[in-house]
Amino acid sequence: MSASAFLKPLDRAIVKATQAGLPLVAEPWKAVADLAGVREEEVMESARAMLASGVMRRIGAVPNHYALGYVANGMTVWDVGDEVIEEAGRMLSRLDFVTHCYHRPRHMPDWPYNLFAMVHDKDRAKVEARVEEMAALLGSRSRGHDVLYSTRILKKTGLRIGA
Amino acid sequence: MSDLDSIERRIVNEWQEGVPVCSRPYAVMAEKLGIGEAELLARIESLLARKVLTRFGPLFNADRMGGGFLLAAIAVPEARFDEVADKVNAFPEVAHNYARTHALNMWFVIACEKPERIGEVVAEIEAATGLTVHPMPKLAEFFIDARFAA
Repeated sequence: MSASAFLKPLDRAIVKATQAGLPLVAEPWKAVADLAGVREEEVMESARAMLASGVMRRIGAVPNHYALGYVANGMTVWDVGDEVIEEAGRMLSRLDFVTHCYHRPRHMPDWPYNLFAMVHDKDRAKVEARVEEMAALLGSRSRGHDVLYSTRILKKTGLRIGA
Repeated sequence: MSDLDSIERRIVNEWQEGVPVCSRPYAVMAEKLGIGEAELLARIESLLARKVLTRFGPLFNADRMGGGFLLAAIAVPEARFDEVADKVNAFPEVAHNYARTHALNMWFVIACEKPERIGEVVAEIEAATGLTVHPMPKLAEFFIDARFAA
């Protein structure tokens, strides 16, 4: 992306300078500030504001879950009544093995599923056991479900703010 | 999986968030881990080089930055899979693309600077492949923060 409507110029400069990682130097925000041509304190203030507004979710280690052995990646999809979607979504998102949970539209007749919950675990058998647990939890709120495993990464460039 | 010593395990498990925004954040972390700042920096570099970590730093919420994002899926005939993957991946707006186990077997994310461009990219992918693109926009998100224990 080459521009962003809602980011202030300094925020944008911070995203660009840190999206691949916080500089691994003793004073990383000073390094970012030098790149942006501003004072370190201004950069730290902007970073704190982005954390507070949720533009930055958090700062820390981002593990490669494949390297940690979480190699089975199952996209579980559920056909949940529209009247209980909020409740069902909250139930699934509270499970510690669910990493993302979204309400998305159905595409009838081929795609009846409207609730997506991503489950990562060490192998498919473990994912299947989690899915059983989720199905039991949802009970009659779910009229059907499926699990889509990723078999190949075809492209992964990530989201990048460009020059 | 890469073998981790106890310090590395603590870096991965205890520092997925909460790195303070201050002049010397690594010094603050290092003190809590009982090691020196230089040693911590070397260990983070090593975890990155060994691909235990994909990154160390801020995790951004792309949704809050503006721009448009769309998850979409295509049912690709097996015989055309690689050819269609090449055509879809050729769009710079396609950020991720995964093969998945379903009749809808290709799932990708379209990311555009201008949200109104998303619909055009969908139409262009349909024209390039001759296949129907099923948009799966996010109607609501039920929040969690992904955490992985080492």
